[in-house]
Parts: sequence; structure tokens; C-alpha cells
Amino acid sequence: MAYNRVAVTDKAKDLIDRLRKKHGELIFHQSGGCCDGSAPMCFAKGDMLLGSRDIKIGEIHGCPYYMAEDQFEYTKNTHTTIDITEGRGSSFSLEIPLGFRFMAISRLFTGEEAQDLLPIEYPE
Amino acid sequence: MTYERPIFKEKYDNFIAGEWISPTDGNYFENTSPIDNKSMGMIAQSNRKDIELAVEAGWQAFESWGKTSTTERSAVLSKIADVMEANLEKLAVIESWDNGKAVRETLNADLPLAIDHFRYFASVIRAESGSITDLDSNTVSMEVHEPLGVVAQIIPWNFPLLMMAWKVAPAIAAGNAVVLKPAEQTPVSVMEWAELIKDVVPAGVINIVNGFGPEAGKPLATHPNIRKVGFTGETTTGRLIMQYAAENIIPVTLELGGKSPNVFFESVMDKDDAFLDKTIEGLVLFAFNQGEVCTCPSRALIQESIYDKFMEKCLKRIEAIKLGDPMETDTMMGAQASKDQFEKILHYIDIGKQEGAELLIGGDKFENPAHPDGFYVKPTVFKGHNKMRIFQEEIFGPVLSVATFKDEDEALEIANDTLYGLGAGVWSRDVHQLHKMSRGIEAGRIWANCYHLYPSHASFGGYKKSGIGRETHMMMLNNYRHTKNILQSFDKNALGFF
Repeated sequence: MAYNRVAVTDKAKDLIDRLRKKHGELIFHQSGGCCDGSAPMCFAKGDMLLGSRDIKIGEIHGCPYYMAEDQFEYTKNTHTTIDITEGRGSSFSLEIPLGFRFMAISRLFTGEEAQDLLPIEYPE
Repeated sequence: MTYERPIFKEKYDNFIAGEWISPTDGNYFENTSPIDNKSMGMIAQSNRKDIELAVEAGWQAFESWGKTSTTERSAVLSKIADVMEANLEKLAVIESWDNGKAVRETLNADLPLAIDHFRYFASVIRAESGSITDLDSNTVSMEVHEPLGVVAQIIPWNFPLLMMAWKVAPAIAAGNAVVLKPAEQTPVSVMEWAELIKDVVPAGVINIVNGFGPEAGKPLATHPNIRKVGFTGETTTGRLIMQYAAENIIPVTLELGGKSPNVFFESVMDKDDAFLDKTIEGLVLFAFNQGEVCTCPSRALIQESIYDKFMEKCLKRIEAIKLGDPMETDTMMGAQASKDQFEKILHYIDIGKQEGAELLIGGDKFENPAHPDGFYVKPTVFKGHNKMRIFQEEIFGPVLSVATFKDEDEALEIANDTLYGLGAGVWSRDVHQLHKMSRGIEAGRIWANCYHLYPSHASFGGYKKSGIGRETHMMMLNNYRHTKNILQSFDKNALGFF
């Protein structure tokens, strides 16, 4: 069986459910750069215009998880787990008013995983 | 010397049309200090309706403000600077509680720089002109400047007052009215500032609305009646700001961070003198503002011939960094700005260890006896290579990634092997080498034999994914105004076509 690049904790799933109830279908896009860079951003589907170089690295709890292709180049050897922490990011990510922030926790793939990863997807 | 915790108001409303206006829906959120994770009062949790009020107030003020003489506008900016200077200590201490940084920095950097920024723009608008050309004996072309109108500005949490000054000073100097949204992690110092300058700025020229990004930031960035958006933050939000601006066909200025290289050539070790001492400090400046600076020199590239000896000296200097109570004037590093930022940094330290980078110092949180519940991280240095994530992703914390290089060509290659291009440092006793590197590095600001200087009359901004447009320097004025061409004919005769 092929391994996923991205996983999600139960706490993050609960938060996704709460947000989905309010905003409908959701997507994640991992940011880069300063301040809240490198954090996963959660938006209502369709709010962020995805480009031809935003790749989908997997799905978490029914939500596609995207990242810019050039950023992925540096993270492709790491597995990402989406968790939450109490806090207050500053971005347009939907969970912020609830007093939580999605977080990306990484670890290196094991040798076995690295041999058999689910393919990334480019937008249609 | 130790400063006391200031007394904060119970709640902070929005500052709209020169008045304190409660958020329309009556909601507030709690603002905690990263110094001790304790409350500093309640902040307006605004939404679309509050943004509407602020934009409307801006347009009302713009009717007269957009037409004031540069003499009058200059006087207002000077008065803002004077009020800030008279309250420098008060604002510095509040800024420190809001953001977590050591008061030594707010007293000596954040506030003096912010004050100077208002003075700088107060000055340059008096000495500027448009242009006029005699195109032929009967036709005169005039290029005149006109403000845009009401502009939106969304500022970050790492230098709340200084970033406010960088954005607000040029915008209002150019004759615009602003709607400013401070970051939700650091909303209070700007409101205390507004209280101080309330009486010296015409009502509605500066409007400040607090709240969360999706609830207040997005309605501001998408508002059809704003004429420009200035934003400092990360790339995903930067893209959204551009996308929203595309809907309204308005310009943006974006400053989105970096992974700035700081390059040390072997000649720095030729003598044991004041310059070598300065160079060592230049490396240690990664710890300035706890590393929460868009231009943090977070990648040190050191020529391999001097690596061991130079690094030994640097590590000694890093060991001497005093962490402690940010309110003590000899504390050199304070708290990270928020819990999520603190966790993100510790997580990146973990990634560095997993990737096999060699930990040279630090690598852990700092248990601060003065404030056990605050968010403190030890200055941390890894040695590794430029393809590692800790060399490529902005950690925004006191974490330095060090690599070595053989020669100029390799130094340049590594320096430019990044998605970003905001700042860079180059250190050498060889001026030819300095110049070659300064021109070769793809970044908007090169510090040659210095680092982290931010004079008002020097432009600042990014190459590559670090953003669009420039801040600081008088050229910034043109980012906040139109150029109008008035073509005046003194010829009485028709063209002859019809």
C-alpha cells in the first residue's frame, strides 16, 4: 500500500468539522515566508485561486492539502501531520477567530515509506 | 533598570473618525502578553460593518486632507513625531509587553526609528516637486502628484509600531487617508499610540480597526472603495491580497519575508581589531528581536578556511546573550510573540535535528525564572547544508543555520539558492569582493559590512518571493499616489483633422 504525505490528528479533525459546518467545503494551503509563514492556512473552497504550480500533496479529513511547487521541493522528504495549538495566527485562515491555529508537524519519511508514497497531484 | 508592567485599559475600541467606536456587534477578544501569557485587556473583534465605517470615515477625511498643502501635512507628521518622542519610554514599554521583545530594543530601535520615519516624510514632502516640460513652443506637459484616496494597510506583529510608521507615514504624507489593521497578536501598542496622537491628526485621516484576519482583514482587503493595499506577512496571504486586489484592479505593496544570507569571507579574520568585533556581532544579529525579523540573517555562510576560528568567537558571543526579564534594560532577548510562533520555532529546531544538522548551541526553550509562563527560546545555531529545510524555510525565531563555502562563486550560488530575496549581508576587507557580492546577490537590501540598519532614506523591499514594491525612502511616496499629466496647449489653432 502507498503511504500518505500528510496526516491529521483527531483534534484537528474536530476543528475541521466545526469549520466545515460554518463555511462548507474547505481546502488547506501551506504558506511560506515571514510572520505566520510555513503554517497551514484553511480557506473555504474557491476562496483562494489555485494556480498551475500549486500541487496537492494529499488530503486531510476530506480537504485537499496544497503547497506551492517550489516550496514542496524542500519538504518532499518529510511527512506532515496537521495538528492544532491554542494561539492566534494573523492571516485569513478560518480557524483564527476560534482561538486555535493549525500547525504542520514534520518528520522524515522512513526508508520504507519513501519507496512507496502516494503521488502528488497537479491541478487539472 | 527594570520597568513596571504598564496599566492597560480594560478594553480597546476601534479608532474611527478620530473617536473610539465600539465594534458594531459588541464583540471583543482577549489580548495576552507573550512575556507572561497574562491578559492585557480586551480588543475589538471587528467585522465587515466596522470596516465599512472606517472606510467611509477615511473618504470623508480625504475630501479635505487630500487637498491640504504639503506645509500642513508636514506639520501634522512632525507633531506625531514630537508626541511619540515625548512618550518614547511609555510606548517602548507597551510595545515590549505587546510583542514580547526586550525593552532595550524598543527603547533604542523600534521607537527612535518609528519617530524618525514620521520626521523623514514630514521633511521630504516639503522639498519635492513634480515636473514640467516644454514639449514645443505652445505645449507644456505637467506631471503632478495626487493621492490615491483611502488605502488599506495590514501590518505584522514583529514590529507593531515601526511597521505602522513605515506604512502610515508615507501614505498620509502623500495625502491619503488610511484604514489600518494591526496584527491580532499585537493590537494594543498601536491603540495606545492612537490615544496620544488623536488630537494632532485631523479626524478620519488615520482609522484603526482591530480583529481577526478572516473577519476583518479580508473585508478590508476586498473592499471596493479602497485604492491600494499594503501588506506585510507570509506568501499565502500575500497571494490572496493580490487576488483580491485583482478584483478591484488596485495596486498592492507586499513584503513577504526571506531567508537572508549573511556571507563572511576569510579576510575578516586578517586582523583582530574593531572590524572583526563588528563582524562577529554581525553574525549574532540573527538573535535580534528574537529572530522575528523578515530580514533575519538566518543563513550564515562562512568561508571554510576561517570556519573553526571564526565560529568559536561567534559562539562565545552567542553564549553571552542574556535572556531574562524583557523589562530589565540589560536583557538582550525577550519572548517570542505568541504561543503558536513559539511552538513553530521549537518544531523547526526538531526538524533541524531530524535532518541531521549539527547543533552547535541552544536548541531548546528557555525556562525564564522571571516569567515561567512566557514563550522563550534559547538562541540556537545549526551547522548543515543549504538544501535542508532549516536553510530554506523562514523560522522567524532565534535559529541560525550555518554552512561553509570555498570561494566567491560558491558563496554566491548558495546565497541565491533560496525562494526569497529580501536582505543579505556581506563581510569582507576586500572592497572589490564586497561589490561583486553586493551586485550578485538577488535581494532588495544588501548590507555590506553591516547588518540590520534601517535608515529612512534607504529603500527596502524584496526580490523573488519576498514581495512587490518598496518601503521606506521617499520613492515610497509614489507607491501611494497617482501621477497626473496635464497637457496644456497655448496654441489657438485646431489640429486640422476635422
